[in-house]
Amino acid sequence: MPATAPQTMIGQANPTAILFFVAFVISTLLITWWAAKRTRTTKDFYAAGRSVTGLQNGLALAGDYMSAASFLGIAGLVSTKGYDGLIYSVGWLVGWPIIMFLISEPLRNLGKYTFADVVSYRLNQRPIRAAAAAGSIVVVLTYLIAQMVGAGTLIKLMFGLPFELAIVVTGCLMISYVLFGGMIATTWVQIIKACLLLGGATLLVVLTLNQFNFSYGNLFSQAEKLYTNKFLEPGGLVTNPVDAFSLGLALMFGTAGLPHILMRFFTVPDVKAARKSVFYATGFIGYFYILTVTIGFGSAVLVGQKIIMGIDKGGNMAGPLLAEALGGNVFLGFLSAVAFATILAVVSGLTLAGASAFSHDLYVGVIRRGQASEKDEVKVAKIATVGLGFTAIMLGILFKGQNVAFLVGLTFAIAASANFPALLMSIMWKKFTTAGAYLSIYTGLIVATVLLILSPTVWVDIVHKADVQAVEKAVKAIEEPMKAKVADLEKQKVPGLDPAKVAEIDASIAAEKKAVEPQLKEAKSQMPKAIFPLKNPGIYSMAAAFLIGILASLLSPDKVAEAKFEGEKLREYIGIGAED
Amino acid sequence: MSSIAKKTAHEILEDPDFKALVSKKNTISIILTVLELVLYFGFVGLIAYNKPFLAQKLNEGGSTTIGIPIAVMTIVISWILTMVYIFWANSSYDSDVKNVKDKIIGG
Repeated sequence: MPATAPQTMIGQANPTAILFFVAFVISTLLITWWAAKRTRTTKDFYAAGRSVTGLQNGLALAGDYMSAASFLGIAGLVSTKGYDGLIYSVGWLVGWPIIMFLISEPLRNLGKYTFADVVSYRLNQRPIRAAAAAGSIVVVLTYLIAQMVGAGTLIKLMFGLPFELAIVVTGCLMISYVLFGGMIATTWVQIIKACLLLGGATLLVVLTLNQFNFSYGNLFSQAEKLYTNKFLEPGGLVTNPVDAFSLGLALMFGTAGLPHILMRFFTVPDVKAARKSVFYATGFIGYFYILTVTIGFGSAVLVGQKIIMGIDKGGNMAGPLLAEALGGNVFLGFLSAVAFATILAVVSGLTLAGASAFSHDLYVGVIRRGQASEKDEVKVAKIATVGLGFTAIMLGILFKGQNVAFLVGLTFAIAASANFPALLMSIMWKKFTTAGAYLSIYTGLIVATVLLILSPTVWVDIVHKADVQAVEKAVKAIEEPMKAKVADLEKQKVPGLDPAKVAEIDASIAAEKKAVEPQLKEAKSQMPKAIFPLKNPGIYSMAAAFLIGILASLLSPDKVAEAKFEGEKLREYIGIGAED
Repeated sequence: MSSIAKKTAHEILEDPDFKALVSKKNTISIILTVLELVLYFGFVGLIAYNKPFLAQKLNEGGSTTIGIPIAVMTIVISWILTMVYIFWANSSYDSDVKNVKDKIIGG
């Protein structure tokens, strides 16, 4: 470690972390072994036999949703950018009430194992299952890559393990949980993780607030003293209003279109438990984000931005550093192990959702036209689990060192545009047709992906990264000699100098600045521009998906589907015929 | 589904109790969804168009800005809305569903 680095044990083998982590792995593998004996039918494998209670599912939903990226990332964002980090944390929560009011109960009553069951309920199975599976698999893969790369980086930062090894360990554990224990094991991994994460974060917040006499006022006034009042105000994160609304839409409705979240509603026995689970999940997740924001502000004050950003520019280590400062090596070890457990729970949920799209939708629904034995279906689901797991490991290693933050944005944009509109229209709208459904899904998928690639996030920051750097270099080359001259002139302005002379110097400074202006303008005009101006495509891709879904449905009226809506309504509202 | 059940299904659909149940459920869902949208996009709107409002201090001489409790309240109120829904569903919707179901099974 270089001599200038701050004193921290982060990045070194921490016996406590290893101990906690091994304990977590052993107990989850024991649970998997126990779950494996209870996993015989498709209902067990995909839906934990529909025996999960409302509270358990609420915890598991929270465990599925609270990723290490949001725990470490939001705390880091708050510690480095202050209020702007808080804006994000609000966006991550607001999708949950929407799930409650519009999605959760119809989903439970109409579906069996995947949300494609619901979309295709009264329509032609094959085209819709193919489209919905495409939407699910793209969402699962993009989110998995983001999580895997994040996992490798974080584990390397925290434990000092090589990136590749970290990814292989994560991948193998995730495959074991899903392969042997199906939804039962996955659910329990998520429940344990949610409890550990909520407990660990609560303890960290109590220790933090203890330093401020349990007063948020004290915390904020110290933060203001250190980082000025700008730290407690909205800053530069949101500049373009349309972009802000677009991001908000993607976060809100993307949550309601994530296949691994939607899948959890098939694990409860009835709608009562479904709605209860959203209520608990919303409470846990909201509480968690309030804790995370507190951890962010606390670490900015108690650890300091300089140290946090010295370890990791993005501030991802703010939470662990704070834990180390307040609870020593033991607490750091505990929190690092919790972060690892957090990653495992999220990727397991994703893998199961992806595998079910392959087996239940593509294999049984499309290839076998609904005619396959349970045994075959579970077998294909298990093959898909292994395939998806290895794909995730390979992609994670392939994307090493890449900027994958945009993938989270892409995941939510696609979920909000491909999955959510089709799901909502199938539940609500009698005249929705097969063509409307699959065209809406493909439109959302393609428009969101293409616009994101053409957006500043990818087109400028990733595709034309070299050009941006070249322009920045050219600008610097023009500015630096000018700045040096200006600095020299400024030095001549000694106190007590004749005012006329000062004015003369000021004029020369202005002239120097003016002289390089055309050159600067010329250099800056070379800056690559995004073809699509917004960073977040959600507003356009969602609108396109709804529009195409409505137009295609109106142009292809389907009397049979309309008639079937009656049966769907009975099942949707009062649960007649719902899967038990 | 047998043809007898289908006929019954159609009859239930025409049943005023069932129709009332559906329209009540949709009304509640839509009202709460709109409230949530107003709540969140109101917050986003403040960030987009009125940053100085959020930057005001909560108390004279204090440091906490109005924006902080507003953000936290957005989270808390979202949760309270889910509580409102669950309270309505548990107390009113479930018993309506039971009534309609009894009609079908009990004839």
